[in-house]
Amino acid sequence: MSVSSPVKIKIDGVEVTTYEGDTILSAAKRAGIYIPTLCYLDGLSSYGGCRLCIVEVKGSPKLFPSCTTPVSNGIEIITNSEKLRKFRKLTLELILSEKPHICSICVANGHCELQDLAKEFGVDHLRIEREWTAHKIDLTHDFLVIDHNRCILCARCIRACDEIEGVHVLDMKMRGKDSQVIIDMDEDWASSRSCTSCRKCAMVCPVGAIYVRDKPFSEIKDKEIAKFILSRRGS
Amino acid sequence: MDEKTIEVNPITRIEGHARVTIHLSDDGAVKEARFHVTDFRGFEKICEGRPFYEMPGIMSRICGICPVSHLLASAKACDEILAVNIPEAAVLLRRLMHIGQIIQSHALSFFYLSAPDFLICVDADPSKRNIFGLIEKYPDVAKQGIKLRSFGQKIIEYLAGRRIHSSEWIVPGGVRTPLSKEKSDRIRSEYDSAMKIASENILRFKDILEKLSGELENLGDFPTYYMGLVTSKGDLEHYDGWIRIVDCNGQVIAGHLDPKKYYEYIGESVEPWSYMKFPYYKPLGYPDGIYRVGPLARLNVASKCGTPLADGELKEFRKLGRNGVVQNTFLYHYARLIEILFCIEKVEEILDNPETYSENIWARASVNRYEGVGVAEAPRGTLIHHYKTDKYGIVKRSNLIIATEHNNLAYNMAITQVAKKYIRDETINEGLLNRVEAIIRALDPCLSCATHTWNSIALDVILYDSKGKILDRVTR
Repeated sequence: MSVSSPVKIKIDGVEVTTYEGDTILSAAKRAGIYIPTLCYLDGLSSYGGCRLCIVEVKGSPKLFPSCTTPVSNGIEIITNSEKLRKFRKLTLELILSEKPHICSICVANGHCELQDLAKEFGVDHLRIEREWTAHKIDLTHDFLVIDHNRCILCARCIRACDEIEGVHVLDMKMRGKDSQVIIDMDEDWASSRSCTSCRKCAMVCPVGAIYVRDKPFSEIKDKEIAKFILSRRGS
Repeated sequence: MDEKTIEVNPITRIEGHARVTIHLSDDGAVKEARFHVTDFRGFEKICEGRPFYEMPGIMSRICGICPVSHLLASAKACDEILAVNIPEAAVLLRRLMHIGQIIQSHALSFFYLSAPDFLICVDADPSKRNIFGLIEKYPDVAKQGIKLRSFGQKIIEYLAGRRIHSSEWIVPGGVRTPLSKEKSDRIRSEYDSAMKIASENILRFKDILEKLSGELENLGDFPTYYMGLVTSKGDLEHYDGWIRIVDCNGQVIAGHLDPKKYYEYIGESVEPWSYMKFPYYKPLGYPDGIYRVGPLARLNVASKCGTPLADGELKEFRKLGRNGVVQNTFLYHYARLIEILFCIEKVEEILDNPETYSENIWARASVNRYEGVGVAEAPRGTLIHHYKTDKYGIVKRSNLIIATEHNNLAYNMAITQVAKKYIRDETINEGLLNRVEAIIRALDPCLSCATHTWNSIALDVILYDSKGKILDRVTR
């Protein structure tokens, strides 16, 4: 981030000095204030897809995703309130109800960011009827697997593939509930000519949607990978 | 409907949900009894479309009592799909885990579920005839049961990190982590007390048998065939080996059947009144091909156990039968205790084998065959998992035959025998109720497995008259 004019904001009553162009989330992080996130990952561009990091801005009836909302001088931000907890819980329920998520048989069980958040917000059941339609599992690659039944469409894999590995094998097709991560031109993984099999998609996947076969999930996952590579590149 | 029916619904202290109906003919005599399994789960369908290597994890969820047996049968089917011979150490560790499973499951069946029937007395007040009653009246026995079960559970935990649903440890091709000497020593430290409990309870059960001698012949004493796995020498086996079938005279009618080709000799029949299928031995047809599986059947089919103490006890056990074949369903309990003894002896044998500690524990491969059958002896009998996959390993079809299913015909025969003895005046009496339950528990059904079901446990008995009208009903 280039050096720009300082900006003074208040987060949960604490005065924080940051700079123009910074996001609420990164300002809060630097100030040591926790905001829950799911699609956001250090080192990748912000996507604003999951809506877990919503915050209240005093004077506005709207809720703002903190990962994509830039700071502006004098704003007062609330990161934790009854209203926010209610919405975050509902968001998690909506994500969970969209696909047949079954933790007990998932490779990510015990190492899943969605599961951790559900625990944090007390999602012990869903108030929304679940969608049980089975989705495709691509087992064609030698060791990488994508199970669309577990994908929460956070697009971390797409961003890691594009921004870190620089090959843009992965992308999203369709819209709304039909959205799906695709490989190249919606092909089987084995047919992909651009995939370098670098595994970064598996490292950043917050759930058990992309993983390396035969490897314990705890060994595959690396939330620091994007930040680490970028820091070595000096960017 | 020109007959009367007595219904026992549901049955208590078993895993799952069932009811019993007893059908009377016009003259009030018992015509037949039916053991109905009333729920449906559909695991065979759920797993379609999932990768084969997820099968151990999914299938072990069928049961919280014997998840290891499902894990093993499933992993063995997956080994077939990989087309690998898994490393020796992996076989030993899987065997060790399975032994832990058999010890804990048999201890659960004997001490928690069935001991109240024969220690407190089969005709005692149901509110006292349970594990709490046992703790009150025989606290030492209850403690022993808990300790023995814990010994089995700890073996599983030391190997796989958790006691139930340790599905991450057993993987297609082997196991994930080796056994450390430290964990091995911890298992050894409890070995002697487990052995003492097993030996003491065999003596205790023999005393009970003497007291029950007059009643035993009415507790499911009938001829059937018996099926179980044996080693290539014909010894008792729980993990691998060959299927052997013997008749009620101890004659081996099929000695060396390949478990992977179970479909060639085991047929599965269905009845409209139960969700549990009726397997039968194909060459003899349905229902003549009735056979029993489980601890009693395993001891009937095996030439010997292969460990000194268990073999000594097996000789005693065989004296209770004819031609060395024990027919009495109640003696499943005795067989269970002998198997516990055998398993404890095997624990030491495996821990003494240096190969157990090898780090070569996982044969990695991809899909090399599109079909796999895995067979293991679960505590309740022969367990069969069969998967068919596409070329990438997505499961297209699966078939499971669960231990309890094999005994389905035997349940009906055993209950019919008890009903014939105890039905009086077309009413449900406590004597009947208690003995029907006791005999079902002796076979130790796991209906959650057998219907691949989940439900609460209670007891309900209904008596129907010849027009199908309810005459009497008792619910617990």
